[in-house]
Amino acid sequence: MRSRLFLWVPLLPFAFFAGLAAFMLTQPKDEFVESTMIGQPLPAFALDPAFDGLPGASKADFTGKPKLLNVWASWCLPCIAEAPQLEALNRQGVEIIGIAIRDRPEDVANFLSKYGNPYTRIGSDKISEVQLAIGSSGVPETFVIDARGVIRYQKIGDIRPEDVPVLLAELEKAK
Amino acid sequence: MIRWWLALVLALAALPLAAQDTMPPAPYAYNQLSDPKLEAEASALMHTLRCLKCQSQSIADSDAPMAGDMRHQVRSRILAGESPEQIRSWLIARYGDYVSYEPEVSSTTWPLFAIPVLVILIVAGVLLRRLGRRRSDDDNAGEAA
Repeated sequence: MRSRLFLWVPLLPFAFFAGLAAFMLTQPKDEFVESTMIGQPLPAFALDPAFDGLPGASKADFTGKPKLLNVWASWCLPCIAEAPQLEALNRQGVEIIGIAIRDRPEDVANFLSKYGNPYTRIGSDKISEVQLAIGSSGVPETFVIDARGVIRYQKIGDIRPEDVPVLLAELEKAK
Repeated sequence: MIRWWLALVLALAALPLAAQDTMPPAPYAYNQLSDPKLEAEASALMHTLRCLKCQSQSIADSDAPMAGDMRHQVRSRILAGESPEQIRSWLIARYGDYVSYEPEVSSTTWPLFAIPVLVILIVAGVLLRRLGRRRSDDDNAGEAA
């Protein structure tokens, strides 16, 4: 009798995988590809100004205090949604340096006049070069960079109101 | 109220529209390298790199602007003398193993490689024992007869 039961044992791995598949089907799909550059220094870069109104951006700008690096684009709709939150962060004394992905000067200027300008500098990344170098896979994304130029935190997607305190805490942690 | 409606509309409309930009593609996004040998190297590599915006395609298959920018990185780095494996590790350092379709042995993937070997060894062991036992049974039967 015992040897008969033993015959069912190979079914266990099958049941396990069937269960695993059923469980994974109920899990929400995570489409975000996180940067593995957290804890790494920013790669060296120097980008031209994205439009006439502000200077460009380079690695050397990330000194003095922790700052936000905001990867965005004028053609990106979620970037409109996060504009008020960037304004709020700016009002709290956070310095935000932008990188505009695949953008034109007139579009950048137009976006900023419509939705506000929380940036001190915006570099123009016409071929997503710096974006790829820091492990960002879309717009908008926001990175906390400490005073030594090390990437400390990545926020993927638009900054919602509830993300503002999180970013402030991460900036504080990066001091 | 209007703001909430606007937010709702944006939330629903954002993703499909978010990929639109009007910039021309990067120089090497759609242009091949003039040296056929280098282009073959670049193309082989591009077929094994995952598009980050359209995750079931390789960057060689995708028309997403970001895939074009990644192809530009691959081709210009090959042209600058980097090896395909150097470029792959450059990308893996930024996006993790996820960006590469090439299976790699790492601290998380080693069971995938170890388990089949282990199973084959166990099966071989069991088979050898069974066959060995049968043969000795046969021998015993022969002696008895």
